[in-house]
Formats: sequence, C-alpha cells, structure tokens
Amino acid sequence: MPDSTIAVAMSGGVDSSVVAGLLRRDGHEIVGLTMQLWNQRRLPALAPSQPTGRCCSLDDVYDARGVAQHLGIPYYVVNFEDAFEQQVVKPFIGEYLAGRTPIPCTLCNNFIKFDRFIEMAEGVGAERIATGHYARLDWNPDSGRWEMRRSVDRAKDQTYFLFGLTQPQLARTLFPLGGFEKAQVRELARELGIPTAEKPDSQEICFVPNGDYAAFIDAYFAEQGITPSETRGKLVTAGGRVVGEHSGVHHFTVGQRRGLGVAAGEPLYVIATEPATRRVVIGRNDDLLRAKMRVHGVNWISIAPPSAPLRAEVKIRNKHAAAAATITPVDAARVEVRFDQAQRAITPGQGAVFYSAGLVLGGGWIE
Amino acid sequence: MRRFYFDHNATTPVSPEVLAAMLPMLGEVYGNASSVHHFGQMARQALDEARKHVAAMLDASPEEIVFTSGGTEGDNHALFGVARTGHAITTTIEHPAVLGACDQLASATRVKVDSRGIVDPDDIRRALRPDTKIISVMHANNELGVIQPIEEIAKVARQAGVAMHSDGVQAAGKIPVSVRNLGVDSYAITGHKFYAPKGVGALYLRKGASISPLLYGGHHERDRRAGTENVAGAVALGRAAQWIVEEGAAEWAREAALRDRLEHAILHRVRDAHVNGAGAPRTPNTTNIRFDGIDSDALLIALDLRGFAVSSGAACSSGATEPSHVLTAIGLTKQQAKSSTRFSLGRANSIDDVDALVDAVAASVAHLRKLAPAYA
Repeated sequence: MPDSTIAVAMSGGVDSSVVAGLLRRDGHEIVGLTMQLWNQRRLPALAPSQPTGRCCSLDDVYDARGVAQHLGIPYYVVNFEDAFEQQVVKPFIGEYLAGRTPIPCTLCNNFIKFDRFIEMAEGVGAERIATGHYARLDWNPDSGRWEMRRSVDRAKDQTYFLFGLTQPQLARTLFPLGGFEKAQVRELARELGIPTAEKPDSQEICFVPNGDYAAFIDAYFAEQGITPSETRGKLVTAGGRVVGEHSGVHHFTVGQRRGLGVAAGEPLYVIATEPATRRVVIGRNDDLLRAKMRVHGVNWISIAPPSAPLRAEVKIRNKHAAAAATITPVDAARVEVRFDQAQRAITPGQGAVFYSAGLVLGGGWIE
Repeated sequence: MRRFYFDHNATTPVSPEVLAAMLPMLGEVYGNASSVHHFGQMARQALDEARKHVAAMLDASPEEIVFTSGGTEGDNHALFGVARTGHAITTTIEHPAVLGACDQLASATRVKVDSRGIVDPDDIRRALRPDTKIISVMHANNELGVIQPIEEIAKVARQAGVAMHSDGVQAAGKIPVSVRNLGVDSYAITGHKFYAPKGVGALYLRKGASISPLLYGGHHERDRRAGTENVAGAVALGRAAQWIVEEGAAEWAREAALRDRLEHAILHRVRDAHVNGAGAPRTPNTTNIRFDGIDSDALLIALDLRGFAVSSGAACSSGATEPSHVLTAIGLTKQQAKSSTRFSLGRANSIDDVDALVDAVAASVAHLRKLAPAYA
C-alpha cells in the first residue's frame, strides 16, 4: 500500500460515508474500517422497541459495507469490543455509581477512535485516519501545533467531545466535514450516490438503548452476576431535611427535574448526588448556580499549556452556550475556572472545554 | 494487484473438471430426477452416477449416501435424527453446525481436548450417561487441521450402544476417509471444501442405523431427505469426489510439502511464532500460527491489502472476528487466540506463492510489532 493511504472510520451513517466518498473522489487511496464496539445481542432485557440509529448494530455495518461496495474501496470490520468495554463502558458505569455524569463519547474518542483505531490503521498500512466528526484542524507553523476549530455548522460542532486529542493524534487525523454545513453534507451524499444519503442522524449514546442509562447499568450488573452495593437512599434538602426516598443515586444527575417524586410549591431539581451517604440533594433552580469549578485531566490542544491565567469561553456540557471565564492553572493537569456569571448545573464528570473565538484551546473533566 | 488465496478451509474454487461436469445439468439435463419420463431418467442416471463416486470416496455403499445442502444440514440431520430427546456427547472444538445443534437438544456434554486439540476417548467414555443417545466428534478441525481418533471413539459408542456421528467437513477431500474403518453411523461432508460449489453436500447414513429424517415431504433419497434433488450440485460433488479418489493422494503429498515449507520458513524468519496444534496428526493443507504481540485482525487486513487471503478466528454476524473458541479450548489465552492466523493451502498454490506469502507475513508481522509496545 502507498504511504498516503487513509483509513476512514465508517459507521454506516451519512457523515462518515461522505468522508469516504470525498477522499475517494479526490484520488486518495483509502480503506474503510468499521469498529465493532458493542455486541447488540448482549443485555437482551434492553431489546429496544425501535432498533434504529444505533451504532454497531448489524444494520449499520451492512450500511457501511454497502457504501464501501458502492465506492469500490477495501472494507473491514474490526473488533474493539473488549477495549470498548474496559475503557468506555466500565468507566461509564463507575462514574454514575460515583455520583458523576460521564461522557462516554469522549472516552471513546480518547481511547478507541483516536488510539486503538489509529494503531489499527497504522498496522494495516494507513498513515492517516479520517472521521466524520464536525471539527476543523489546521497546522500553525508559528506555534508548531495543530489547532482545532469549531465546525462551520455550529449546530453539528463536535469539538466538545474531542478535547482529549493530543498533538500526535491530531497529526494523523483528517476531519473533512469541518468546513461543511450538514445540509451540504447530505447534498454531497446524494451527489456521490451514497446509498445512505437519507439515513437519519443518530443522537443517543450508541450502546445505551433509548437513552435509559440506569436500565443499562442494571442490566449490565445482572449479566455480570454483580450485586451492586445498595444505591437506594434518601432525598434531602440542602439543609439536610429528609423529604423522600429514591431508587438509586445512579438514576440522578445534577440539574435533573423529572423523577424526584416530591411535590412542592416550586420546581425542584437535583443539586448534588452523594454516593458515600447515598443521598440525593434537591433544591430550587437558584441552588444550581455556581461561578467556580475545578477541572482535572486537562489537555491543551491549540495552545501550549499556559502558566498564567487566561480568558476563554468555557462550555460545561454539549448543549451549553460557552460562557466567559477566567482559567487559572493549578498544576500541570488541573485548572480553576471562574465564570463571569454563575452557571446553572455544573456537573461533575462532564467535560469543560475552553474556546477562544472558535479556537479549541483545550479541555478537561469537571471535578 | 496479484491475489493469492490461502483460505481453502473456508472454501475452495470450483475446479474446471467439476464445472465441466455440472454445466450440462444446468442446461440440457434439466429433468426432475423423480419424474418417470426420459427427462427424469437422464437426471436420475446422473444422480446415481454421482452417488457412486461420493460413496467410493468415503468407502460406503451408494445407497448409504444422502445428498444434502451441505455440512450444517448433515450435522443437524445426524443429531436431531437420533437425539431430539436424551443426551449427546460432543467436544469443545466442534464447528458451530454441531455446537449450535447441540444447544437445541435436551442436554449435551462438551468434552475438553488436550493442548494439541485432541480429545481422549476415555474422556468421552466418562461422559456417557444412561440417557446418552449419540456421540458426535469432528474428524478434522477447521482451524487447526487436527485429526481426532474417531475409530477409538466409535468403539466407545459401539460398546455403549449409542450412535456415532462425525463431522467430516474438514477431512473429506484432505485425508483418506473410510467410514467403514472409522466405524461411524453417520458422517457429514460438504462439496465446497473440495472444489465443488457451495450448497451441496452429503450425509453418510450407515445401512441399518436408525436415524430419522430432518426434512419431511416427498419420497426423495429413499425417504431420508425430502426435497427435489439438486442434480447439478450432486453431479458436481460426484465429480469432485472422483477427482479426490484419482488424484487426491498425490495432491495431499504436494500440499503437505508446501505446508511444511511455509511453517519452517515462518518459524525460521519470524521470532516468537508458534504452531498451534503442533505435535498432533493434522490435515496436510492447514497450519495455524501464533505471532506473539500482534493482533491477527490487523495482520489479516494488512495481508489482504497486499493481496494475500488468510483467516483469523471465526467471523461473527457483523463480519468482525471473535476470538476462536477452538484456540481457547486448547488452552490459549484470549490474547494468544487473537494473535493466531490460519493458513490453509489448496490446489492452485505453488512454491512461489508460498514463498511470496512468507515474505508478506514476515514484513507485516515486523511492521505490526514495531507498533506494539512489548515489541518496540
């Protein structure tokens, strides 16, 4: 194989199919690879009522294979199920049980898509990889760094999930869709004759049917024969007054309103979950506001690790509108973030991603 | 790019003489072999002729041969035909055609094999129960090529008064087979492992053995397998069997020499390579080699992109590979199983092909190990 071969991560969806089609049209040597991450036959108790739009399903693999056949490119399915379970699924469960709200997509990007996948690509002779992520990469010769920018289509921008990528990973990666609007991508799919051009976008966490992560965790424990330590406990107010019982701390996430089962004169929300005491603290909307947070596991992308405080816009969950803040380094991998205005529901376990005018400076995990 | 095929245990191409023999059956000889008229008689004659060749290859009588759709049907027929109720004994390294069928039986014991992949007939004996109906052990294993002591196991079955089946899919066409000497009651083969097309096979049913049909309907195949006969397929199978009877021994010797050359060259040129199932009697065309520190999926893809077709593990429904249950059954760790690659030779492979394969394997393994931390 020529050294310029590019391995395309093909999920069977429109985006990665268009990536393969564009690179093929531009004359690149490409090989299509689909990552088998989760066995959909596991946890039959969760059999989804509408088994569509879920990654790693047989339908998606057939779609990816169909696209590869249409484009006339070599295509393989690679089995990363073990790595995915160890490095994504188990930490995902552990985080919930520890009272945090994890982002498995980021773990998957860090440890599977831009680690195992790059390794596999290199092993089979592909020097670079391409994915359908909406993000932009540019080489900055002055700083000697790869810079990441939000995608042109702001609604589809996926940089929030990519904050863990390192310079060596970025050096091997292509995001061909970063400069397109989603509508253009669909148009390109039709132009390229891609059979999945009209396939709906997938939204949910790929291995969790219908977004019901608590049911997933329960089913996983049942399959593993693990009796989880008791997670049921009391619902309490910030003042410590017991107002009810709950079915397990992993059913709750900061900012959640539904499922509390407590009647009150005004809307009540989860303020915090405390696994050690198995307490779920609830309160009013105002109680969710915080101006300060610690972030650990920080990875700097477009800039070298700063030694002085810097101004940035900080995003604390995917759908959050980035808010102005001052970031102060604490040590090599930790920062303190002070928002100009208090933010609602800063949630431990979620990512905090730092932007400056569309440039992704870096990010880390909320403590 | 020139392509080389080293995956003959998965399937073989249809050979020219087989294609020539079956083509008229898809053209002028189109009768239904059950029809009374001339057209039917022509088809019947071709079918009977084919049956003789298949019987000759297996050292059976023609009336003991039932044409099937392939190995899975033959194995299912033998197991369900005897042991729908009661207990079956098989091994941990069988093909899914047997293991999957056993899952549907009332109960089944899967007897372990040793580190070479051989089952001990005494272990089979110890697994016998009062309600045991059948013992089913594969003749040769698809992944390792290891050949089981079927004769001795059949003696255990005879002494216990239970039926003896053998899945001969990976043995027929690769080693001499005499169902009489083996002492089995049933024996399943499939055509596409020895140069006939996919979708046709045969099941040997010993005269006098009491085995119920799997498919019910018309009076085909002496009431043992309903369904209009696949005459073209049967003729192809017959022609392929005839070739084995006439040319098999010479070809097996040639492939064994090539296989040994391949093994020696790889073990010589690639460090930390091990032959799985070494030390056991094996089919002449198969070798299964473990390369410490590499992922065999990556090796398979790297070799395919260089034009060499080999196999690793078993394909799951998505087309990804799963760690082989055969390799873990002989005591390999999951990691070792995922480092193993099967090379299976066939008629078209030459010495030059094998040498080219060795070069490609050595280069690909070296490249992959450069990336593996333990081998950096």
